[in-house]
Amino acid sequence: MFDLDRWTELADGLRTNPVRTLLTALGVFWGMFMLVVMLGFGDGLERGATRSMAGYATNAVYLWGGRTTLPWGGLAPGRYVGFDNSDTEALRQLPGVEHVAPRNQLGGWREGNNVVRGAKTGNYTVMGDVAELAHILAPIVVRGRFLDPLDVAERRKVAVLGDQVVQELFPYGEDPIGQHVAIRGIQFKVVGWIRSHANDDRSDRDNATIHLPFTTFQRTFGFGDRVGWFALTGAKDVPGSELEASVRRELGGRHQVNPEDNNAIGAFNAEKEFAKITALFTGIRFFVWFVGVMTLAAGVVGVSNILLIVVRERTKEFGLRRALGATPTDVVGMVVQEAIVLTAVAGYAGLVAGVVVLEIAARLIGTDHATMGTPTVDLGAALGAGLVLLIGGALAGVIPARHAAAIQPVVALHAE
Amino acid sequence: MIRLEKLNKSYPMADAPVHVLRDLDLFVAEGEYAAIMGSSGSGKSTLLNVLGLLDRYDSGSYTLGDTLIRDVSEREAARLRNQYIGFVFQSFHLLPFKTATENVALPLYYAGVPRRRRNELALQMLERVGLRERADHLPNQLSGGQKQRVAIARALVTKPRLVLADEPTGALDSQTSNDIMDLLASVNADGMTVLVVTHEHDVAAKMRRVIHLVDGRIASDRIQVPS
Repeated sequence: MFDLDRWTELADGLRTNPVRTLLTALGVFWGMFMLVVMLGFGDGLERGATRSMAGYATNAVYLWGGRTTLPWGGLAPGRYVGFDNSDTEALRQLPGVEHVAPRNQLGGWREGNNVVRGAKTGNYTVMGDVAELAHILAPIVVRGRFLDPLDVAERRKVAVLGDQVVQELFPYGEDPIGQHVAIRGIQFKVVGWIRSHANDDRSDRDNATIHLPFTTFQRTFGFGDRVGWFALTGAKDVPGSELEASVRRELGGRHQVNPEDNNAIGAFNAEKEFAKITALFTGIRFFVWFVGVMTLAAGVVGVSNILLIVVRERTKEFGLRRALGATPTDVVGMVVQEAIVLTAVAGYAGLVAGVVVLEIAARLIGTDHATMGTPTVDLGAALGAGLVLLIGGALAGVIPARHAAAIQPVVALHAE
Repeated sequence: MIRLEKLNKSYPMADAPVHVLRDLDLFVAEGEYAAIMGSSGSGKSTLLNVLGLLDRYDSGSYTLGDTLIRDVSEREAARLRNQYIGFVFQSFHLLPFKTATENVALPLYYAGVPRRRRNELALQMLERVGLRERADHLPNQLSGGQKQRVAIARALVTKPRLVLADEPTGALDSQTSNDIMDLLASVNADGMTVLVVTHEHDVAAKMRRVIHLVDGRIASDRIQVPS
């Protein structure tokens, strides 16, 4: 393979018919180009989807109280299930649970303006939250900090504002930290300014939210010890569905709910969503590889066909070489090498062209497009494609090479 | 050098196999200069192919030098051809995209000789056939006679013990033919065994032995004084 002579022989062979060589190479080039570009855009889509979910812990579970539909322990159906602070403590003790964030919400929809700062007013979602929520929401802290455990323990009158809230209530360039906002007429000191990681309508909602310490919220707005709903995450190796089941069991037991009753406690489990999206992209990936490899295979078949013609045309030459001492293996080697080189060079050119196109596309798309992330091809995929190509090249050479090896010098030399 | 005993060769055909060589007995000593003659279909080309290990035979035996040639593998045949036999063809069979030197050096490539040495030997051989100054020419820049000289140089470059020429002058005019035959004679004078298949009496007249084939049998085999 590293014998210079073989390479000069090869170059001679390819040079004799450059147009044909080029056309043959084009098939493989195109296959590789398509594969790379499709992989790149598939990757970009996946990246976009993943980014829109960023900031949401993958095994987060959300639970809220509903209405019972089945009788249990002598209690008639139709009862409302409400959570309170004791539930929070119970869930914190539950094995497999990592972070528990009880949440309460004030007004929101159709409430009218509820927040005032100087001359400006706005209608925002006001939440009572604990410091642990940061593990579930994972916000970007623009300035200041998120709520901390002391805020909650000491019932401080502080607030963390979402990005949109800051933009609307504070003039551009003014630092909101240390300022006060009035929520339902009660003054809160701003300690943090956060922004959502995500890139969809959920992020808009998050950015229009004000977070107050949970305890402060309960006391100030008269919630007593009620808890609106729970957001919680499991330990690393606990899947969301398992976590949901065990938390449901615990809360169901504490509130006399029929274990069969799925409506009494509502739950949302992000794992299912993630699984759906993961499956979708596994499908897309498979499709891309399938189409790409098939296109590449078509190119390889093209190479094989051309080489068959080449072998036929060079019958006399192969016969002569055999007469002069070339073994059948030598001849097979020549043809297979030609096939591999042809596919490798064309494929590499396709790879490079594909990467160039992806780079240009990445520039055009930019980094903050909602659904399309930066298209890229990772090294593994490129190496995989390269391997497919080498195998394809060798396969392309096999059939023509066998024809070449079967050439009898006698027949070849007398074919005038 | 060559010993054939009761050699038979036939080709399968649609209705009945064609018996090309029939119980052929032939002995060629080292250093002989012989012509194999015969009309078309007499079996002379087949004989040359069998002698050149380009074709197999059905029965009998063929001994080349000290080696009994029977059921040799393709690989072994390739090695023996490369080492012991030089071929000269009617239509030269030079590779069109290679220079004279590269064409001459080709058998050495398959013999595993390093490139620098190959080119040295090829140039020496071109010198020997009087084409040193055409070393870098491509075949289509050479005349017929020159092409055949290059082909002869290629046949000689591995220093074979046997040179097999199949109608070497068939594509050449008479003057050039004479030159080529003189060249082959001088090759023979160097001690190489040379067998020439021809149907031209002028050519055969220049050889020291003439073997006549008719229908796959030796019809006559005589020693003569070259003209």
